[in-house]
Amino acid sequence: MPLSGRSHSVCRVALIETDSLEKRYDTVTALADLTVTIEPGVVGLVGVNGAGKSTLIKLALGLLEPTGGRITVLGLDPIADGETVRARVGYMPEHDCLPPDQIAAEFVTHMARVSGLPAARARERASETLRHVGLYEERYRRIGGYSTGMKQRVKLAQALVHDPELLLLDEPTNGLDPEGRRAMLDLVHRIGSEFGISVVVCSHLLGEIERICTSLVAIDAGRLLRSATLSAMTQHSDLLMVETDEDPAGLAELLTGQGLQVRTEKRALMVRMGENPDETYDLIRDGVADLDLSLHRLERHRHQVADLFRDLPTEASHVNA
Amino acid sequence: MSTPERPTGVIHDIGYQRYEGPRLGRGYAARSLFVHGVRSAYGLGRSPWAKVLPIGLLGATSIAALILVVLNTQLPVEVIDYVGIATTFTYAATVFVAVVAPELVSVDLRSNLLALYLARPLRRADYALAKLAALASATFVLLGGPMLVLFLGMAFSTDNGVAGVFSELGGLLQGLAAAAIHAAVLAAIALPFASLTGRRVFATGMIIGVTLLTAPVSGVVQALGDGASQQLAGLLDPVSLLGGVDRWLFDGGLFDIGPYGPVYGLAALLIVAAGTACTVWRYRKVNS
Repeated sequence: MPLSGRSHSVCRVALIETDSLEKRYDTVTALADLTVTIEPGVVGLVGVNGAGKSTLIKLALGLLEPTGGRITVLGLDPIADGETVRARVGYMPEHDCLPPDQIAAEFVTHMARVSGLPAARARERASETLRHVGLYEERYRRIGGYSTGMKQRVKLAQALVHDPELLLLDEPTNGLDPEGRRAMLDLVHRIGSEFGISVVVCSHLLGEIERICTSLVAIDAGRLLRSATLSAMTQHSDLLMVETDEDPAGLAELLTGQGLQVRTEKRALMVRMGENPDETYDLIRDGVADLDLSLHRLERHRHQVADLFRDLPTEASHVNA
Repeated sequence: MSTPERPTGVIHDIGYQRYEGPRLGRGYAARSLFVHGVRSAYGLGRSPWAKVLPIGLLGATSIAALILVVLNTQLPVEVIDYVGIATTFTYAATVFVAVVAPELVSVDLRSNLLALYLARPLRRADYALAKLAALASATFVLLGGPMLVLFLGMAFSTDNGVAGVFSELGGLLQGLAAAAIHAAVLAAIALPFASLTGRRVFATGMIIGVTLLTAPVSGVVQALGDGASQQLAGLLDPVSLLGGVDRWLFDGGLFDIGPYGPVYGLAALLIVAAGTACTVWRYRKVNS
């Protein structure tokens, strides 16, 4: 296994912990009262553009100073212990940040040295890392001649070259075509799973990163919307979804009459299972048969990650139903 | 759509190795940036075109030094000595910093590279000072290189044996001191200007403007003035200022500065201090 003992010991400490974190610029509040604990794993940081994702990343790197509250990264204060934090963290910015005139292998070697690796090891790890991100012979070419996808890989390589404990990726799929996006996300997933490096990956596209993440943190307008592990979010709910070809109003009435909680959602019925799930299944089956409906679908409803993040009011109504 | 032919599949064969070696700190990071800067200044690790001007200038000044060896040994009087090389090649060094300074900092600004540096153990001031030192060192090489050529030529052709070699060595050391002063002053002038813009052309233009277009001004004052105003006119442009310092410290230079040598020295010192402060200050403001 490529996992070393070190990564296990690291697992004990939260990657990033914030407490009422606040960052104000002159007139704009980028982050307000953000309290969140980001655990090791592949963590998706989602929110629309301008929600404060990049600000949070920069606060974590100690590049910005919070105007209020507290943030710790790997158990350290990024302002007071900035050098230690930044030596143990890799950062891939959202925007273009590569010198077009340099050869990729030279550039990544240089960045490894600036991260503190001795010259020989820096060269070794640079070519190794470039290979890991999928650049082989191309690495001896100038970065200026690279495609967007290759540039993104170089950006990732420079963040990874010094073997960080935590990788901060700001919109790594920016500007890539669908195939490139998938390749990049696979790579991020492998870094988290095979390489054993914790990753915080920012995106404004929830659908894209939910499949590679172990947990998600959603922020909106600088505030925490929700934070949870992905398994908790997508676990089965106690709702049954019943879909019939015909209008389900009659069935809804029938089931309500038998004491079940029923809610209509588009063309489907959401039936709460209650104390005895088997009985609920039977009641639905009988109801459908009695009304001579053609049953299209009957299944346990899964929480959709998108529901949890985008339709919070709907989620609240689930609870009230 | 189909996954099997995706080339990334090959990567799976290579296991990821954790790095367990030493992690050298901030000082090493700054030194690495400095070395990288000096290499970049001469286009090493960059495209062939990036090498043309800096290597070309170094080659040209070295060839000029070779010619000086011939002239100095063949003619009864020494045409140009070591300090003379620093004085004479100041214009070449000015062109050099005007081209190289933007290469060192404007490119980083333009490509947002600073964000990557600042996400590492390096601090903003470390970056600024490493770049300034790199520019000064590269300029020092440009001036010191031809001096070394001259020294080797003269040492091998001396008629006075070991004593002759030592006398040449003394001259060389003086020349290198002059080269260091020239390099520091020119770098301290060029880098703050280059750090203002991400466009190389503008940066080069500003540096050329400040260093070369001021020369006629001091030239006119020198020609029209008399006494003190003539002797102090060199302060008005960097190249003459350096000539004045050469005259004061090494009895080189091309014009009379009268008793105002220390004024020239102080002005040079002020430029270095102000240039360094401006560079550091500038990088406290740059967005990461």
